[in-house]
Amino acid sequence: MERKRTPLWQVHKQLGARLIDFGGWDMPVSYPAGTIKEHKAVRESVGLFDVSHMGEAVLRGPRVREAVERLTTNAVASAPAGKAVYTLLCRPDGGVIDDCIFYKRSDEEFFVIVNASNTAKDLEWFRDQTHSLCEIDDVSDYTALIAVQGPKAVALVDQLAGGAVAGLPSFGFTNAEIAGVECLVARTGYTGEDGFELACLGDGAEPLWAALMENLPPGGLPIGLGARDTLRLESRLPLYGNDLDDEHTPLEAGLGWAVKLDREFIGVAALREQKQRGLTRQLAGFKIAEDARAIARHGYAVVDRSLGTGEAQVIGTVTSGGPGICVGGSIGLAYVPVARARPGTELTIDCRGKDIPATVVAGKFYKRT
Amino acid sequence: MTSFPKDLLYTNDHEWLRAAGSAWRVGITQFAVDQLGDITIVELPREGDLVTKGQRFGTIESVKSVSELYAPVSGKVTAVNATLKDSPEQVNDEPYGAGWMIELEPTEKSELSELLSPDAYAQHVAE
Repeated sequence: MERKRTPLWQVHKQLGARLIDFGGWDMPVSYPAGTIKEHKAVRESVGLFDVSHMGEAVLRGPRVREAVERLTTNAVASAPAGKAVYTLLCRPDGGVIDDCIFYKRSDEEFFVIVNASNTAKDLEWFRDQTHSLCEIDDVSDYTALIAVQGPKAVALVDQLAGGAVAGLPSFGFTNAEIAGVECLVARTGYTGEDGFELACLGDGAEPLWAALMENLPPGGLPIGLGARDTLRLESRLPLYGNDLDDEHTPLEAGLGWAVKLDREFIGVAALREQKQRGLTRQLAGFKIAEDARAIARHGYAVVDRSLGTGEAQVIGTVTSGGPGICVGGSIGLAYVPVARARPGTELTIDCRGKDIPATVVAGKFYKRT
Repeated sequence: MTSFPKDLLYTNDHEWLRAAGSAWRVGITQFAVDQLGDITIVELPREGDLVTKGQRFGTIESVKSVSELYAPVSGKVTAVNATLKDSPEQVNDEPYGAGWMIELEPTEKSELSELLSPDAYAQHVAE
């Protein structure tokens, strides 16, 4: 099947990007600088990401708040206008359908950005569950999305916006012209750094990208999906399909802060019950020391060899893993029994037949200073 | 078509070999490096280990993936590039130079004739 292309596909080609199939999209995994330099550029300067493959929709109508209230685990519907809110979408059993950000424009209109690979599933879910309470417009095909992230991101975008966006609070959003292109500008991101995500119409993507590239400060780079993944993992941001799926609840994934159990939404009963019973497994962050020279990747087993039977018992599964580019060694996330999820606990991970020791750590692997 | 150094021999698994006295130095090609992206871990055998043609002799991990290294010919490992342990990025920077991996003393000389010429390898990559 022909891979889908974002409006910036030609630009990536010209920049010498290595393009890969990412959920049916032909996307840049890295540019000639390579993932490690790209990762560091975002931590030290600024990086530009084409994330136009993400799905976008508009939900509107006089009763749209009721619809959004039902769909989302976080307090989205009641948020003030101009606020973006991270939330989960859950099934009745509490399993996660997707994680996404809702942007409340008014009491009658919400914009939402969902994971690329889940766009069709999510929109079908929205339509099934909202029972015509609101109108739902899939605008994915003509919406481009560029993320600008890093310590120098705010100055870069603000300069092209005539000083209109530096004052936006975290998770605030507004409409503004950036280099002459009408954008939804949100103080959000997926790297752990400060910055913006800029949504515009497809034909605005090239002039917007060009203006950002022309004004890129020293050390700034275009960034591929490879570094997007290592950056989000270092900042302990979950990835749907790896760390989140419909077999785990947000409580198990450590996202209880985005679940408001005093509200009514799809899945709330199951989640209340799980909370009351207590969790049995939990997503834990782990570090592997530099000298072990190993990376525990998605799908590797967490094992226990202390049972004396000679056989290893599989007690958990790694959901994400990679090099800790700015923190050393390697890092990852794994679902393990709650008793093994405490910081300092030693885990053993079967890395392709070799037992590798890992230590559970709390919180983000990388904290911005 | 990408060109490859003319003084080397190649395998279908994107490895190169260069004569080094009676032994052969082995590394991976620019094509392989481009496919892998940034290399973060290189696991190699020990000096004196015996390897068999087509069997795994090491592992390369890039940021995103794990790839096996397969022995281009059977033989004894006579040298290992120990600097890759702390500086695996040398493979990205100089795949035909400082990024070499091991040296092999072939035990089955006839296997050398099965290696690809630069042109044959370029053809293989183009396919």
